[in-house]
Amino acid sequence: MTEKRTDFKMLKPSRPVGIIGYGAYVPRYRLPAKEVSRIWRGGSGGEPIKEKSVPGIDEDVVTMSVEAGRNALARAGIQPEEIRAVWVGSESHPYAVKPTSTIVAEALGVTPYTQAGDFEFACKAGTEAMAAAMGLVGSSMGDYALAVGMDTAQAKPGDALEYTAAAGGAAMLIGPAEDALAEIEGALSFVTDTPDFWRRENQKYPEHGGRFTGQPAYFKHITGSVSRLLEELDRKPEDYAAVVFHQPNSKFPRRAARELGFTSQQLETGLLSPRIGNTYSGSAMIGLTAVLDRAQPGELILMASFGSGAGSDAISFLVTDRIIARRGRALSTEDYISRRTEIDYAQYVRIRGKIALK
Amino acid sequence: MDIPRHWRLNKQRYALTGEVCPHCQAKIFPPRDVCPECGGEAKTEFGFSGKGEIYSYTNIYNAPEGYEENIPYTVALVKLEEGPMITAQLTDLGDQPLEIGMPVEMITRKIRSDGDERGLLIYGYKFRPLVSA
Repeated sequence: MTEKRTDFKMLKPSRPVGIIGYGAYVPRYRLPAKEVSRIWRGGSGGEPIKEKSVPGIDEDVVTMSVEAGRNALARAGIQPEEIRAVWVGSESHPYAVKPTSTIVAEALGVTPYTQAGDFEFACKAGTEAMAAAMGLVGSSMGDYALAVGMDTAQAKPGDALEYTAAAGGAAMLIGPAEDALAEIEGALSFVTDTPDFWRRENQKYPEHGGRFTGQPAYFKHITGSVSRLLEELDRKPEDYAAVVFHQPNSKFPRRAARELGFTSQQLETGLLSPRIGNTYSGSAMIGLTAVLDRAQPGELILMASFGSGAGSDAISFLVTDRIIARRGRALSTEDYISRRTEIDYAQYVRIRGKIALK
Repeated sequence: MDIPRHWRLNKQRYALTGEVCPHCQAKIFPPRDVCPECGGEAKTEFGFSGKGEIYSYTNIYNAPEGYEENIPYTVALVKLEEGPMITAQLTDLGDQPLEIGMPVEMITRKIRSDGDERGLLIYGYKFRPLVSA
Protein backbone atom coordinates (compact mmCIF):
# COMPACT_ATOMS: atom_id res chain seq x y z
CA MET A 1 0.00 0.00 0.00
CA THR A 2 1.28 3.42 -0.92
CA GLU A 3 1.38 6.14 1.68
CA LYS A 4 -1.45 8.66 1.61
CA ARG A 5 -0.44 12.07 0.28
CA THR A 6 -0.71 14.95 2.73
CA ASP A 7 1.30 17.60 0.90
CA PHE A 8 -1.59 19.24 -0.96
CA LYS A 9 -1.19 22.96 -1.20
CA MET A 10 -3.70 25.78 -0.97
CA LEU A 11 -5.55 26.98 -4.07
CA LYS A 12 -3.65 29.83 -5.65
CA PRO A 13 -4.18 30.40 -9.35
CA SER A 14 -1.19 31.23 -11.55
CA ARG A 15 -2.95 34.45 -12.52
CA PRO A 16 -3.62 36.37 -9.27
CA VAL A 17 -7.32 37.05 -8.59
CA GLY A 18 -9.43 38.97 -6.12
CA ILE A 19 -12.80 40.50 -5.32
CA ILE A 20 -13.51 43.44 -7.61
CA GLY A 21 -17.04 44.07 -6.34
CA TYR A 22 -19.23 42.75 -3.54
CA GLY A 23 -22.88 43.11 -2.63
CA ALA A 24 -25.02 42.12 0.32
CA TYR A 25 -28.72 41.58 0.73
CA VAL A 26 -30.87 41.15 3.86
CA PRO A 27 -34.68 41.22 3.73
CA ARG A 28 -36.35 43.77 5.98
CA TYR A 29 -38.45 41.53 8.26
CA ARG A 30 -37.14 40.33 11.65
CA LEU A 31 -38.51 37.57 13.86
CA PRO A 32 -37.26 37.96 17.44
CA ALA A 33 -36.05 34.67 18.92
CA LYS A 34 -38.27 35.32 21.93
CA GLU A 35 -41.29 34.91 19.60
CA VAL A 36 -40.23 31.34 18.75
CA SER A 37 -39.64 30.73 22.44
CA ARG A 38 -43.07 32.20 23.31
CA ILE A 39 -44.85 29.79 20.94
CA TRP A 40 -42.88 26.59 21.53
CA ARG A 41 -41.32 26.85 24.99
CA GLY A 42 -43.77 29.04 26.87
CA GLY A 43 -41.19 31.82 26.84
CA SER A 44 -38.73 29.88 29.01
CA GLY A 45 -35.19 28.87 28.13
CA GLY A 46 -32.36 30.73 26.46
CA GLU A 47 -32.29 32.04 22.93
CA PRO A 48 -29.32 31.51 20.58
CA ILE A 49 -29.62 34.95 18.90
CA LYS A 50 -31.62 38.16 19.29
CA GLU A 51 -33.57 37.95 16.03
CA LYS A 52 -33.43 36.56 12.51
CA SER A 53 -34.18 38.02 9.10
CA VAL A 54 -37.25 36.74 7.27
CA PRO A 55 -37.87 37.12 3.53
CA GLY A 56 -40.95 39.00 2.33
CA ILE A 57 -43.75 37.05 0.67
CA ASP A 58 -42.43 38.05 -2.79
CA GLU A 59 -38.78 37.20 -2.10
CA ASP A 60 -36.74 34.10 -2.80
CA VAL A 61 -33.15 33.16 -3.63
CA VAL A 62 -33.59 34.51 -7.18
CA THR A 63 -34.78 37.98 -6.19
CA MET A 64 -32.29 38.28 -3.34
CA SER A 65 -29.39 37.16 -5.55
CA VAL A 66 -30.41 39.72 -8.19
CA GLU A 67 -30.21 42.56 -5.67
CA ALA A 68 -26.89 41.41 -4.19
CA GLY A 69 -25.57 40.94 -7.74
CA ARG A 70 -26.62 44.46 -8.73
CA ASN A 71 -24.76 45.80 -5.69
CA ALA A 72 -21.63 43.84 -6.62
CA LEU A 73 -21.81 45.12 -10.21
CA ALA A 74 -22.27 48.71 -9.03
CA ARG A 75 -19.16 48.48 -6.85
CA ALA A 76 -17.07 46.78 -9.54
CA GLY A 77 -18.04 49.34 -12.18
CA ILE A 78 -17.87 46.82 -15.05
CA GLN A 79 -20.46 46.05 -17.71
CA PRO A 80 -22.63 42.98 -16.97
CA GLU A 81 -21.83 41.38 -20.34
CA GLU A 82 -18.16 41.17 -19.29
CA ILE A 83 -19.12 38.55 -16.68
CA ARG A 84 -18.34 35.02 -17.88
CA ALA A 85 -19.96 32.99 -15.11
CA VAL A 86 -22.95 33.35 -12.80
CA TRP A 87 -22.91 30.71 -10.09
CA VAL A 88 -25.47 30.73 -7.30
CA GLY A 89 -24.91 28.62 -4.19
CA SER A 90 -27.96 27.88 -2.04
CA GLU A 91 -29.95 25.18 -0.33
CA SER A 92 -33.23 26.94 -1.08
CA HIS A 93 -33.23 27.28 -4.87
CA PRO A 94 -36.87 28.06 -5.83
CA TYR A 95 -36.99 25.27 -8.40
CA ALA A 96 -35.95 21.64 -7.92
CA VAL A 97 -35.21 21.59 -11.66
CA LYS A 98 -34.52 24.87 -13.49
CA PRO A 99 -31.49 26.95 -12.66
CA THR A 100 -31.66 29.97 -10.36
CA SER A 101 -28.54 31.23 -12.11
CA THR A 102 -30.14 31.74 -15.55
CA ILE A 103 -32.83 33.98 -14.06
CA VAL A 104 -30.22 35.94 -12.10
CA ALA A 105 -27.97 36.23 -15.17
CA GLU A 106 -30.89 37.44 -17.31
CA ALA A 107 -31.95 40.05 -14.73
CA LEU A 108 -28.38 41.34 -14.38
CA GLY A 109 -27.90 41.56 -18.16
CA VAL A 110 -25.15 38.94 -18.30
CA THR A 111 -26.83 36.59 -20.80
CA PRO A 112 -26.30 34.92 -23.23
CA TYR A 113 -22.51 34.32 -23.44
CA THR A 114 -21.80 33.08 -19.95
CA GLN A 115 -21.46 30.00 -17.76
CA ALA A 116 -24.40 29.57 -15.42
CA GLY A 117 -25.14 26.97 -12.79
CA ASP A 118 -26.42 26.36 -9.29
CA PHE A 119 -24.18 25.09 -6.52
CA GLU A 120 -25.26 23.01 -3.56
CA PHE A 121 -23.25 22.13 -0.46
CA ALA A 122 -25.48 22.96 2.52
CA CYS A 123 -24.11 26.24 3.90
CA LYS A 124 -20.88 26.39 1.91
CA ALA A 125 -22.34 26.37 -1.61
CA GLY A 126 -21.51 30.07 -2.04
CA THR A 127 -17.85 29.79 -1.09
CA GLU A 128 -17.53 26.70 -3.30
CA ALA A 129 -18.81 28.92 -6.13
CA MET A 130 -16.12 31.45 -5.16
CA ALA A 131 -13.44 28.76 -5.47
CA ALA A 132 -14.78 27.85 -8.93
CA ALA A 133 -14.76 31.55 -9.88
CA MET A 134 -11.12 31.78 -8.75
CA GLY A 135 -10.37 28.91 -11.11
CA LEU A 136 -12.17 30.44 -14.07
CA VAL A 137 -10.53 33.84 -13.71
CA GLY A 138 -7.22 32.41 -12.51
CA SER A 139 -6.92 30.30 -15.65
CA SER A 140 -7.68 33.38 -17.82
CA MET A 141 -10.67 31.64 -19.43
CA GLY A 142 -12.66 34.68 -18.38
CA ASP A 143 -11.98 37.97 -16.63
CA TYR A 144 -14.99 38.11 -14.32
CA ALA A 145 -17.17 35.57 -12.53
CA LEU A 146 -20.03 36.18 -10.13
CA ALA A 147 -20.33 33.86 -7.13
CA VAL A 148 -23.44 34.17 -4.96
CA GLY A 149 -24.24 32.59 -1.60
CA MET A 150 -27.89 33.13 -0.73
CA ASP A 151 -30.59 31.35 1.26
CA THR A 152 -34.10 31.52 2.59
CA ALA A 153 -33.43 28.79 5.12
CA GLN A 154 -36.07 26.28 6.12
CA ALA A 155 -36.69 25.08 9.66
CA LYS A 156 -39.24 22.72 11.13
CA PRO A 157 -41.69 24.64 13.36
CA GLY A 158 -40.60 24.24 16.96
CA ASP A 159 -37.15 22.84 16.09
CA ALA A 160 -34.02 24.39 17.59
CA LEU A 161 -33.13 25.66 14.10
CA GLU A 162 -36.29 27.74 13.87
CA TYR A 163 -34.71 30.37 16.11
CA THR A 164 -31.90 30.97 13.64
CA ALA A 165 -32.83 29.80 10.09
CA ALA A 166 -32.74 33.15 8.29
CA ALA A 167 -32.62 34.79 4.87
CA GLY A 168 -29.90 36.80 3.18
CA GLY A 169 -26.51 36.51 1.59
CA ALA A 170 -23.94 38.10 -0.66
CA ALA A 171 -22.54 38.22 -4.16
CA MET A 172 -18.80 38.33 -4.89
CA LEU A 173 -17.54 39.43 -8.28
CA ILE A 174 -14.19 37.75 -8.81
CA GLY A 175 -11.73 39.29 -11.27
CA PRO A 176 -8.04 39.90 -11.91
CA ALA A 177 -6.02 40.98 -8.84
CA GLU A 178 -4.82 44.16 -10.55
CA ASP A 179 -8.42 45.44 -10.41
CA ALA A 180 -9.31 43.96 -7.01
CA LEU A 181 -10.53 45.74 -3.89
CA ALA A 182 -9.33 42.66 -2.01
CA GLU A 183 -6.76 40.29 -3.47
CA ILE A 184 -7.15 36.60 -2.75
CA GLU A 185 -3.92 35.28 -1.25
CA GLY A 186 -5.02 31.69 -1.23
CA ALA A 187 -7.86 29.33 -0.39
CA LEU A 188 -7.99 25.92 1.19
CA SER A 189 -10.84 23.48 1.74
CA PHE A 190 -11.27 20.70 4.28
CA VAL A 191 -13.98 18.16 3.40
CA THR A 192 -15.13 14.83 4.85
CA ASP A 193 -18.30 12.74 4.77
CA THR A 194 -19.85 13.85 8.06
CA PRO A 195 -23.64 13.49 8.41
CA ASP A 196 -24.45 16.37 10.76
CA PHE A 197 -27.37 17.91 8.85
CA TRP A 198 -29.30 17.01 5.71
CA ARG A 199 -32.59 17.30 3.86
CA ARG A 200 -33.78 14.47 1.64
CA GLU A 201 -35.40 15.04 -1.76
CA ASN A 202 -39.01 16.31 -1.51
CA GLN A 203 -38.75 16.95 2.23
CA LYS A 204 -39.74 20.41 3.43
CA TYR A 205 -37.54 20.59 6.50
CA PRO A 206 -34.01 19.44 7.26
CA GLU A 207 -32.89 16.92 9.88
CA HIS A 208 -29.84 17.39 12.06
CA GLY A 209 -27.69 15.52 14.50
CA GLY A 210 -28.19 17.86 17.47
CA ARG A 211 -24.92 18.06 19.39
CA PHE A 212 -23.20 16.10 16.62
CA THR A 213 -23.30 19.32 14.53
CA GLY A 214 -20.65 20.82 16.84
CA GLN A 215 -17.32 19.11 17.52
CA PRO A 216 -17.10 16.52 14.71
CA ALA A 217 -18.71 18.84 12.17
CA TYR A 218 -18.45 22.64 12.54
CA PHE A 219 -15.36 22.86 14.73
CA LYS A 220 -13.33 20.07 13.15
CA HIS A 221 -13.80 21.37 9.60
CA ILE A 222 -13.31 25.07 10.28
CA THR A 223 -10.26 24.35 12.41
CA GLY A 224 -9.01 22.00 9.69
CA SER A 225 -9.26 24.52 6.86
CA VAL A 226 -8.08 27.59 8.78
CA SER A 227 -5.07 26.07 10.56
CA ARG A 228 -3.77 24.50 7.33
CA LEU A 229 -4.29 27.72 5.33
CA LEU A 230 -2.41 29.75 7.97
CA GLU A 231 0.41 27.21 7.83
CA GLU A 232 0.56 27.43 4.00
CA LEU A 233 0.61 31.24 4.09
CA ASP A 234 3.05 31.29 7.03
CA ARG A 235 0.68 33.54 8.95
CA LYS A 236 -0.49 33.84 12.52
CA PRO A 237 -3.97 34.77 13.74
CA GLU A 238 -2.70 38.14 14.99
CA ASP A 239 -1.67 39.13 11.43
CA TYR A 240 -5.37 39.50 10.53
CA ALA A 241 -7.45 42.63 11.06
CA ALA A 242 -10.65 40.60 10.91
CA VAL A 243 -11.85 37.03 10.75
CA VAL A 244 -15.26 35.76 9.59
CA PHE A 245 -16.66 32.29 10.20
CA HIS A 246 -19.89 30.59 9.23
CA GLN A 247 -22.43 31.72 11.82
CA PRO A 248 -25.13 29.19 12.72
CA ASN A 249 -25.65 31.02 16.04
CA SER A 250 -23.67 33.43 18.22
CA LYS A 251 -21.76 30.79 20.18
CA PHE A 252 -20.09 28.58 17.55
CA PRO A 253 -18.11 31.29 15.73
CA ARG A 254 -16.96 32.77 19.06
CA ARG A 255 -15.69 29.38 20.23
CA ALA A 256 -14.01 28.65 16.87
CA ALA A 257 -12.23 32.00 17.03
CA ARG A 258 -11.03 31.34 20.56
CA GLU A 259 -9.79 27.84 19.75
CA LEU A 260 -7.87 29.08 16.71
CA GLY A 261 -6.28 31.99 18.61
CA PHE A 262 -8.33 34.92 17.26
CA THR A 263 -9.65 37.64 19.56
CA SER A 264 -13.25 38.76 19.90
CA GLN A 265 -12.23 42.14 18.39
CA GLN A 266 -11.12 40.38 15.20
CA LEU A 267 -14.44 38.51 15.04
CA GLU A 268 -16.90 41.23 16.02
CA THR A 269 -17.27 43.29 12.78
CA GLY A 270 -18.28 40.28 10.69
CA LEU A 271 -20.39 38.54 13.34
CA LEU A 272 -23.92 39.27 12.13
CA SER A 273 -25.80 36.19 13.40
CA PRO A 274 -27.02 37.81 16.65
CA ARG A 275 -28.92 40.39 14.56
CA ILE A 276 -29.89 38.51 11.37
CA GLY A 277 -29.57 34.82 12.24
CA ASN A 278 -27.99 32.09 10.16
CA THR A 279 -28.25 32.92 6.46
CA TYR A 280 -26.87 29.46 5.55
CA SER A 281 -25.05 29.73 2.18
CA GLY A 282 -24.89 33.48 2.72
CA SER A 283 -23.61 33.38 6.28
CA ALA A 284 -19.82 33.68 5.99
CA MET A 285 -20.02 35.72 2.77
CA ILE A 286 -22.34 38.39 4.18
CA GLY A 287 -20.09 38.58 7.23
CA LEU A 288 -17.26 39.32 4.80
CA THR A 289 -19.26 42.15 3.20
CA ALA A 290 -19.73 43.78 6.62
CA VAL A 291 -15.95 43.57 7.15
CA LEU A 292 -15.19 44.97 3.67
CA ASP A 293 -17.55 47.88 4.39
CA ARG A 294 -15.13 48.97 7.12
CA ALA A 295 -11.77 47.57 5.98
CA GLN A 296 -8.69 49.70 5.40
CA PRO A 297 -6.16 49.19 2.59
CA GLY A 298 -3.37 46.83 3.59
CA GLU A 299 -5.47 44.87 6.09
CA LEU A 300 -5.70 41.09 6.00
CA ILE A 301 -9.06 39.33 6.29
CA LEU A 302 -9.67 35.63 6.81
CA MET A 303 -13.01 33.99 5.98
CA ALA A 304 -13.97 30.37 6.65
CA SER A 305 -17.32 28.95 5.66
CA PHE A 306 -18.81 25.71 6.90
CA GLY A 307 -21.23 23.47 5.05
CA SER A 308 -22.84 20.45 6.64
CA GLY A 309 -22.11 17.11 5.16
CA ALA A 310 -19.36 18.48 5.66
CA GLY A 311 -16.66 20.92 4.69
CA SER A 312 -15.08 24.31 5.20
CA ASP A 313 -13.51 26.73 2.69
CA ALA A 314 -10.96 29.14 4.15
CA ILE A 315 -9.91 32.14 2.06
CA SER A 316 -7.32 34.81 2.90
CA PHE A 317 -7.72 38.36 1.51
CA LEU A 318 -5.47 41.40 1.31
CA VAL A 319 -7.46 44.64 1.10
CA THR A 320 -6.24 47.15 -1.53
CA ASP A 321 -6.71 50.91 -1.76
CA ARG A 322 -9.49 50.44 -4.37
CA ILE A 323 -11.85 49.61 -1.50
CA ILE A 324 -12.10 53.29 -0.57
CA ALA A 325 -13.59 54.47 -3.88
CA ARG A 326 -15.81 51.44 -4.45
CA ARG A 327 -17.57 50.58 -1.23
CA GLY A 328 -19.83 53.65 -1.27
CA ARG A 329 -21.30 52.77 -4.68
CA ALA A 330 -23.97 50.47 -3.20
CA LEU A 331 -25.88 50.05 0.06
CA SER A 332 -23.76 48.78 2.92
CA THR A 333 -24.58 45.62 4.84
CA GLU A 334 -25.41 47.78 7.85
CA ASP A 335 -27.89 49.79 5.71
CA TYR A 336 -29.78 46.56 5.08
CA ILE A 337 -29.58 45.33 8.66
CA SER A 338 -30.85 48.58 10.12
CA ARG A 339 -33.78 48.61 7.64
CA ARG A 340 -35.92 46.55 9.97
CA THR A 341 -39.58 45.66 10.51
CA GLU A 342 -40.32 43.37 13.43
CA ILE A 343 -42.96 40.67 12.88
CA ASP A 344 -44.64 38.21 15.23
CA TYR A 345 -44.89 34.44 14.89
CA ALA A 346 -48.29 34.61 13.18
CA GLN A 347 -46.99 36.94 10.44
CA TYR A 348 -43.93 34.73 10.15
CA VAL A 349 -45.88 31.51 9.48
CA ARG A 350 -48.01 33.37 6.95
CA ILE A 351 -45.23 34.91 4.89
CA ARG A 352 -43.14 31.74 5.04
CA GLY A 353 -46.07 29.82 3.53
CA LYS A 354 -46.65 27.59 6.53
CA ILE A 355 -50.43 28.14 6.45
CA ALA A 356 -52.30 25.84 4.05
CA LEU A 357 -54.64 28.00 1.97
CA LYS A 358 -56.22 25.08 0.15
CA MET B 1 -49.75 27.41 -19.62
CA ASP B 2 -48.68 30.82 -20.88
CA ILE B 3 -44.96 30.14 -21.20
CA PRO B 4 -44.18 32.18 -24.36
CA ARG B 5 -46.30 35.10 -23.19
CA HIS B 6 -44.23 35.49 -20.04
CA TRP B 7 -40.88 34.56 -21.57
CA ARG B 8 -41.16 37.29 -24.22
CA LEU B 9 -41.38 39.90 -21.47
CA ASN B 10 -38.42 38.72 -19.35
CA LYS B 11 -36.13 41.65 -20.16
CA GLN B 12 -38.61 44.43 -19.51
CA ARG B 13 -39.98 42.72 -16.41
CA TYR B 14 -36.69 41.73 -14.78
CA ALA B 15 -34.65 44.84 -15.41
CA LEU B 16 -36.99 47.56 -16.66
CA THR B 17 -35.48 47.47 -20.12
CA GLY B 18 -37.36 49.81 -22.46
CA GLU B 19 -36.48 51.81 -25.53
CA VAL B 20 -35.17 55.23 -26.48
CA CYS B 21 -36.41 57.04 -29.60
CA PRO B 22 -33.49 57.82 -31.96
CA HIS B 23 -35.45 60.76 -33.40
CA CYS B 24 -36.73 62.70 -30.37
CA GLN B 25 -34.81 60.96 -27.50
CA ALA B 26 -38.05 60.08 -25.66
CA LYS B 27 -37.64 57.16 -23.25
CA ILE B 28 -40.25 54.48 -23.81
CA PHE B 29 -41.71 51.91 -21.40
CA PRO B 30 -43.06 49.37 -22.02
CA PRO B 31 -41.13 48.92 -25.27
CA ARG B 32 -43.43 49.22 -28.31
CA ASP B 33 -41.01 49.94 -31.20
CA VAL B 34 -42.92 53.09 -32.20
CA CYS B 35 -42.31 56.33 -30.34
CA PRO B 36 -45.51 57.56 -28.62
CA GLU B 37 -44.14 61.13 -28.75
CA CYS B 38 -43.12 61.56 -32.40
CA GLY B 39 -44.45 58.43 -34.12
CA GLY B 40 -41.04 57.44 -35.43
CA GLU B 41 -39.58 53.95 -35.32
CA ALA B 42 -37.88 53.38 -31.96
CA LYS B 43 -36.15 50.03 -31.43
CA THR B 44 -33.03 51.06 -29.52
CA GLU B 45 -32.87 49.32 -26.11
CA PHE B 46 -32.68 51.54 -23.06
CA GLY B 47 -32.12 50.49 -19.46
CA PHE B 48 -34.12 52.58 -17.02
CA SER B 49 -32.49 53.61 -13.75
CA GLY B 50 -35.43 52.26 -11.75
CA LYS B 51 -35.74 55.52 -9.82
CA GLY B 52 -39.05 57.34 -9.73
CA GLU B 53 -41.77 58.72 -7.50
CA ILE B 54 -45.30 57.77 -6.51
CA TYR B 55 -47.84 59.60 -8.69
CA SER B 56 -50.82 57.86 -7.12
CA TYR B 57 -51.62 54.60 -5.33
CA THR B 58 -54.40 52.34 -4.10
CA ASN B 59 -54.66 49.43 -1.66
CA ILE B 60 -55.91 46.07 -2.87
CA TYR B 61 -57.98 43.90 -0.54
CA ASN B 62 -59.77 41.81 -3.20
CA ALA B 63 -57.03 40.53 -5.44
CA PRO B 64 -57.43 39.21 -8.97
CA GLU B 65 -56.75 35.52 -9.61
CA GLY B 66 -53.14 34.60 -8.93
CA TYR B 67 -52.48 37.43 -6.48
CA GLU B 68 -54.71 36.31 -3.58
CA GLU B 69 -51.81 35.24 -1.35
CA ASN B 70 -50.40 38.76 -1.31
CA ILE B 71 -53.35 40.73 0.08
CA PRO B 72 -53.40 43.35 1.32
CA TYR B 73 -50.99 45.03 -1.10
CA THR B 74 -50.52 48.38 -2.75
CA VAL B 75 -50.49 49.21 -6.46
CA ALA B 76 -49.06 52.53 -7.60
CA LEU B 77 -48.64 54.67 -10.64
CA VAL B 78 -44.93 55.37 -10.63
CA LYS B 79 -43.53 58.30 -12.57
CA LEU B 80 -40.08 57.18 -13.68
CA GLU B 81 -37.18 59.63 -13.53
CA GLU B 82 -36.78 59.32 -17.32
CA GLY B 83 -40.41 60.21 -18.01
CA PRO B 84 -42.76 57.26 -18.51
CA MET B 85 -45.49 56.43 -15.99
CA ILE B 86 -45.95 52.76 -15.14
CA THR B 87 -48.22 50.68 -12.94
CA ALA B 88 -46.56 48.40 -10.44
CA GLN B 89 -46.94 46.86 -7.01
CA LEU B 90 -45.21 48.50 -4.07
CA THR B 91 -43.48 46.23 -1.59
CA ASP B 92 -41.35 46.32 1.58
CA LEU B 93 -43.39 49.24 2.90
CA GLY B 94 -42.84 48.39 6.54
CA ASP B 95 -44.70 50.94 8.62
CA GLN B 96 -43.75 54.06 6.67
CA PRO B 97 -46.82 56.04 5.59
CA LEU B 98 -47.16 56.40 1.81
CA GLU B 99 -47.24 59.82 0.22
CA ILE B 100 -47.75 61.14 -3.28
CA GLY B 101 -44.33 62.21 -4.56
CA MET B 102 -42.48 59.74 -2.36
CA PRO B 103 -39.23 58.55 -4.01
CA VAL B 104 -39.23 54.84 -4.90
CA GLU B 105 -36.81 52.42 -6.57
CA MET B 106 -37.30 49.35 -8.73
CA ILE B 107 -36.48 45.90 -7.41
CA THR B 108 -37.03 42.51 -9.01
CA ARG B 109 -39.48 40.36 -7.08
CA LYS B 110 -41.67 37.30 -7.39
CA ILE B 111 -44.94 38.47 -8.94
CA ARG B 112 -46.92 35.22 -8.85
CA SER B 113 -46.93 31.59 -9.80
CA ASP B 114 -48.43 30.65 -13.18
CA GLY B 115 -51.29 28.44 -12.06
CA ASP B 116 -50.72 26.35 -8.92
CA GLU B 117 -47.53 25.49 -7.02
CA ARG B 118 -46.35 23.35 -9.93
CA GLY B 119 -46.33 26.29 -12.33
CA LEU B 120 -43.69 28.67 -13.59
CA LEU B 121 -42.55 31.37 -11.17
CA ILE B 122 -43.06 34.79 -12.69
CA TYR B 123 -40.59 37.48 -11.65
CA GLY B 124 -40.83 41.16 -12.42
CA TYR B 125 -40.48 44.73 -11.25
CA LYS B 126 -41.99 46.15 -8.11
CA PHE B 127 -41.06 49.36 -6.33
CA ARG B 128 -40.09 50.06 -2.73
CA PRO B 129 -39.45 53.27 -0.83
CA LEU B 130 -35.94 54.43 -1.72
CA VAL B 131 -33.49 52.87 0.75
CA SER B 132 -30.88 55.46 1.59
CA ALA B 133 -27.39 54.78 2.84
